[in-house]
Amino acid sequence: MLRRTFLGMLGATCVGASLPAGAEAAGKEFKGYPGSKGVLFDATRCIGCRKCEAACNKVNKLPAPEKSFDDLAVLDTKRRTDAKTHTVVNKYGTPEHPVFRKSQCNHCLEPACASACFVKAFKKLPNGAVVYDESVCVGCRYCMVACPFEIPTYEYDEPLTPRVMKCDMCAPRQAKGQLPGCVAECPKEALVFGTRDELIKIARERIRRNPDRYVDHLYGEDEMGGTSWLYLSGVPFNEIGMREDLGTKSAPELTAGALAAVPMVAGLWPVLLGGIYAVSKRNSKVADEERKEAVENAIAKASAEAEKTLSEALEKADVANKRQIEVEVKKAVEEALKPAEEEEAENSEKEES
Amino acid sequence: MSTPANNGPKSAFNTFNLVAGAILLVGLVLTVLRFTQGIGPVTNLDDNNPWGIWIGFDLLCGVALAAGGYTTSAACYIFGLKRFHSAVRPAILTAFLGYALVVFALQYDLGRPWRLPYPIFVSQGTTSLLFEVGLCVMLYLTVLFVEFTPAMFEWLGWKKIRKVVMKLTLVLTIFGVVLSTLHQSSLGALYTIAPSKLHPLWYSPYMPLYFFVSSIAAGMSMVIFEGSMSHKKLHRMMDEEYLKHHDGVVFGFGKAAALVLFGYFFIKVMGVAYDNNWHYLTSGYGLLFLTEILGFVALPCFLYGVGVRDRNLGLIKKASIITVLGIVFNRFNVSMVAFNYHLPASERYFPSMIEIGISVFIVTLGVVIFRFITTRMPIFFEHPDYKGDH
Ligand code: SF4
Ligand code: SF4
Repeated sequence: MLRRTFLGMLGATCVGASLPAGAEAAGKEFKGYPGSKGVLFDATRCIGCRKCEAACNKVNKLPAPEKSFDDLAVLDTKRRTDAKTHTVVNKYGTPEHPVFRKSQCNHCLEPACASACFVKAFKKLPNGAVVYDESVCVGCRYCMVACPFEIPTYEYDEPLTPRVMKCDMCAPRQAKGQLPGCVAECPKEALVFGTRDELIKIARERIRRNPDRYVDHLYGEDEMGGTSWLYLSGVPFNEIGMREDLGTKSAPELTAGALAAVPMVAGLWPVLLGGIYAVSKRNSKVADEERKEAVENAIAKASAEAEKTLSEALEKADVANKRQIEVEVKKAVEEALKPAEEEEAENSEKEES
Repeated sequence: MSTPANNGPKSAFNTFNLVAGAILLVGLVLTVLRFTQGIGPVTNLDDNNPWGIWIGFDLLCGVALAAGGYTTSAACYIFGLKRFHSAVRPAILTAFLGYALVVFALQYDLGRPWRLPYPIFVSQGTTSLLFEVGLCVMLYLTVLFVEFTPAMFEWLGWKKIRKVVMKLTLVLTIFGVVLSTLHQSSLGALYTIAPSKLHPLWYSPYMPLYFFVSSIAAGMSMVIFEGSMSHKKLHRMMDEEYLKHHDGVVFGFGKAAALVLFGYFFIKVMGVAYDNNWHYLTSGYGLLFLTEILGFVALPCFLYGVGVRDRNLGLIKKASIITVLGIVFNRFNVSMVAFNYHLPASERYFPSMIEIGISVFIVTLGVVIFRFITTRMPIFFEHPDYKGDH
């Protein structure tokens, strides 16, 4: 598979976040580039001579160490890789039965460092190596947080141009057809270079032939989704400082859920919030309207009442008026009739006399 | 009450200014040290502990405590709780300053700070959760700035442009909530990549949710806490409108914070149950974890509840302080105490005096700028020209 294809897949992991199925596929099905190289380390063969450390120092042109690589007393203290050391050999076990273990970048199939870096400074090459490009590195050191094997190191003392430092599986030497420095120098063939598939076969074969010599586990075959470096040991791996609780999930799988949530939040949240806004606005509008209606009702009621009193008053006034008129009319009529009555009376009086 | 503009402290040489001045001066010296000597000589960071207090405090706590911005503006503009209106400006200002300082503080921690725009403009590492954090923080800082500008325009008297910005309020608020949801949770998600390094009691695939939910509680508590602080120190800058609503805001947020903390407590316990991590509770880390969720989640949740029921302002304020401390405690636990728990004590990290000094310097800087702005711009009071115009 081409590098582009892998990057495409990495891209798919993130773009595919919008389609969780896509992310899932990239996370689960990527089992390394076919024919990619790796190294098999056999702890039962390593004698702790530090030749690999010296070779690494030389081929990577790293600064000379404080104590020479011939000084094996160094092995008595636990060390880790640092900005000037891409690989270290540590001593475990008892003084009578020491076990040595070399550590360096494991060149994960789906590197945590690469998926963590926010400027894509790390790349998994088709030949298996995970390489670093200092020209874009911001120096956030998230790669160091992410790496489960505690491998990337940092030039903390560099004020202006600090770099992340780690083993690159001698990618430049591999490109020239040479072996990685450490593998080339190992006097005991504790290190074997080859395609990862071959190495797995070799390792299985060794375990099958010498079941008493090895624990039945090929470290790196599945750890953290698989690594290009593989380890055989005669003692349990946690006794030689290797964590056995890392699980088989690769880094992209661990973060796929969170990444998949991004488009969901970005897509759904505005709609929901807009909805809430609409509801709350409608609520306040309804409240407003209700208030308005109430006021109108009140006004209507008030005016109706006023009208009623008015008309009642008018009515009352009417009645009073009428009465007054009636009274007046009566009076007028009475007055008008009076003389006639008097006349009549006079007349009748005359008639009677 | 007279217009509170421009009657700042009488003398420039009060205690606050002297102490702040001294801290800023020391901070400048430390800054020079950091950028001439490199990260190594001034910090206790090393290859096993690449992230220290500058990430654990300045970034994680800074962002969580600045969550008052989106919670308050969402409450006011989206949920239509108009009584929060007077709290929006102080909250937006705090959030803006908070985020600006987070970005500023990041300059100290980054190996090559001038490359900070690289992830967005040069080489996009889209598989990284840190990329998401960076992008969201950048966008949100812009949103917060725009949301803050009306106060500035009022101060400057630029009416037209103020009006334009005011029209955008709702869109900005929704945008702000989306961005906050994303980066608040992504900060938790940053750690999902390292299950082998973070103690199982804190590691959970639900970490993004934990960070998001706790940021809401943190934001509300900060608004309460800060409101009462400002109440003491900046009372002269507050108008009746602000003061009238102050208690209402405190009760409203107190109630909401109680609910959120309750929910948070619940999902934290579910997390332990989901991974069946009960047996860790009896270890030393278990004690730490219990302290965190009983003392700094359940307790303030209870205090908030009682405070709201009894209309007890003092109790609510105490609860807010405990919650704020609790968030800091939690972020410290995730990023430093429970992180790298598998390493022997000799390889663990503890911040150097210089690292602490720079963090103190940055917080002080924030307080000084906050005071500068609130004693000049219409934050705690409505500008006389724009009364009731919202
Ligand atoms: S061992 Fe660490 S540095 Fe090496 S590829 Fe894997 S994650 Fe990256
Ligand atoms: S330190 Fe550099 S290489 Fe590592 S994650 Fe940050 S930008 Fe990428």
